Amino acid sequence: MKSLIVIGKCSHAICAAAVAFAMLGIGTRTGAAASHDRWLDLAEQIFKNRPLSDGTRLIALEMPYRAEDAAVVPLTVRATLPASDPRHLTGLTIVIDQNPSPVAAVFTFGSKANVNAISTRVRVNSYTDVHAVAELSDGKLYVVKTFVKAAGGCSAPAIKDAGEAKKNLGEMRFREFASKPAVSRLHQAQIMIRHPNNSGLQMDQVTHLYIPAFFVADLKVWQGDDLIMAMSGGISISENPSIRFTYVPTGAAPFRAQAIDTEKHVFKGEWPATQSAM
Amino acid sequence: MRVALAVSTVLSIACFFTRAPAHSQDSTAPLDVMQIAPGVFVHFGTIAPMTRKNEGAIANVSFVMGDKYVAIIDTGGSVQEGKKLLAAVRARTSKPIRYVINTHMHPDHVFGNAAFAQIGATFIGHKNLPGAMATHGSYYRKSLRPSMGESLIANVKIISPTELVSDALEIDLGNRMLALRAWPTAHTDNDLTVLDRTSGTLFTGDLLFVRHIPVLDGSLLGWLKDLDELARIPARQAVPGHGPLVTHWPEGLADERRYLNRLAADIRAMIKRGVPIAEAAKEAGGSERDRWQLFDAYNARNATAAFAELEWE
Ligand SMILES: [Zn+2]
Repeated sequence: MKSLIVIGKCSHAICAAAVAFAMLGIGTRTGAAASHDRWLDLAEQIFKNRPLSDGTRLIALEMPYRAEDAAVVPLTVRATLPASDPRHLTGLTIVIDQNPSPVAAVFTFGSKANVNAISTRVRVNSYTDVHAVAELSDGKLYVVKTFVKAAGGCSAPAIKDAGEAKKNLGEMRFREFASKPAVSRLHQAQIMIRHPNNSGLQMDQVTHLYIPAFFVADLKVWQGDDLIMAMSGGISISENPSIRFTYVPTGAAPFRAQAIDTEKHVFKGEWPATQSAM
Repeated sequence: MRVALAVSTVLSIACFFTRAPAHSQDSTAPLDVMQIAPGVFVHFGTIAPMTRKNEGAIANVSFVMGDKYVAIIDTGGSVQEGKKLLAAVRARTSKPIRYVINTHMHPDHVFGNAAFAQIGATFIGHKNLPGAMATHGSYYRKSLRPSMGESLIANVKIISPTELVSDALEIDLGNRMLALRAWPTAHTDNDLTVLDRTSGTLFTGDLLFVRHIPVLDGSLLGWLKDLDELARIPARQAVPGHGPLVTHWPEGLADERRYLNRLAADIRAMIKRGVPIAEAAKEAGGSERDRWQLFDAYNARNATAAFAELEWE
């Protein structure tokens, strides 16, 4: 996916350009027809000329219709393929159409991990369509969408005091959830990283200057040497990024994670596997 | 800048007020206020969302009169409410309004500021308030326009405090000292309280909600910590940000403390069990539903914010 490269290397200059572009888009268009046009434009930019098929019966995108807190809007995408379908998820792109930088995250999944559901939290800046575009192992793209009522998520100021945020920057936590092997061979885990994930639209409360975009651009999780998932994140991922995912364990090897932010800080973590692989 | 940006009609009304206060009372009916101690007046807002019909008058707004000056504590949820508050002051005294104190950034407490812009008062707030107003102001205007209507929103101006409180500040109204205190992040990151030393009345701003469900826009753990500290203030009575006068202090903090502790306990247990944030938001605090007004409007939001905070404990 080409878009992955663009997002992963999003420099401040590119982000600013993207913001300016998005503002222009919002300023000149209104109404349902415009939001439809907007998605067509976005789809063309992000996926080039690759066809997008309707993913309605293959994947599900779950978000609250009315976001309680626009800076922390839970989002889950899960594969709903029938058991007889041999295909699985290989990649996933989350697009929040009306956000200043619409591509929230691009995920790629390890070939052995069989990730079939992923949850994270995003910022939503206005009433918007949200699109999830999944790539299945047949190499094709499938799209589903939902509508979210929320506003102001990207510009909501960071609440935590700056000193503490700096002290904890990059702290990682990894958690395996109790699985029910009788029901599914899928396990579930969560990776969390302490990071302000500044959107570039938040204002410093003392200087009144906009805080430059500063976010986790790249996050990978492995079990042993096998990649479970990789995420290229944008400014729409909430403060303290948290990603919960299902996976098929590849053995008893420890889990590893590595995150790189836009200032090239590298954060690493390693945790022993605590649940036996079935 | 304020003048330059002002809509001409607003400006002329405001000037009209300062030049001819006697006439202004004819055009604006005074806000209904209750004297809760000598020289201490409160308008108790209705427990409801801000609407066109209630003119945003949902928070408690107050004024305190000293021998020389008057201080306003919160200005209400619209310029219209602010003007009515000003009329209520003018109906009782001609002493100058020396100070306008904003207890925090929320629109129901500061949208009336413009009514006091032209009378030479000093605006006072928490050191974080100017930044919070700058980041949230236009968002509040936009998000309240549908429910309040263009005419109530159009003349709202974001007026920032020029006198900032980073810890504590005493102001003198003439034989009447008000003790202002800035708090660490709790309801918001810019909460300020006012203690009238003469009557022992504590104005808590939204650090205390009574009957109206508490709304979390800062830090749950910070709020619980601040409650312990608040309880040590030797007040005789308290004016909460929302809800009726608290005559038993600090017992009047108990309901809010119970709600916040319940929310924390529920969410901690859910985090432990591995419940995802979206489900936690639907269930946490549910046992408190019947004890609060506007529960369904704010509880899930509180739970979402609390979850994101507590999972890092
Ligand atoms: Zn408030």
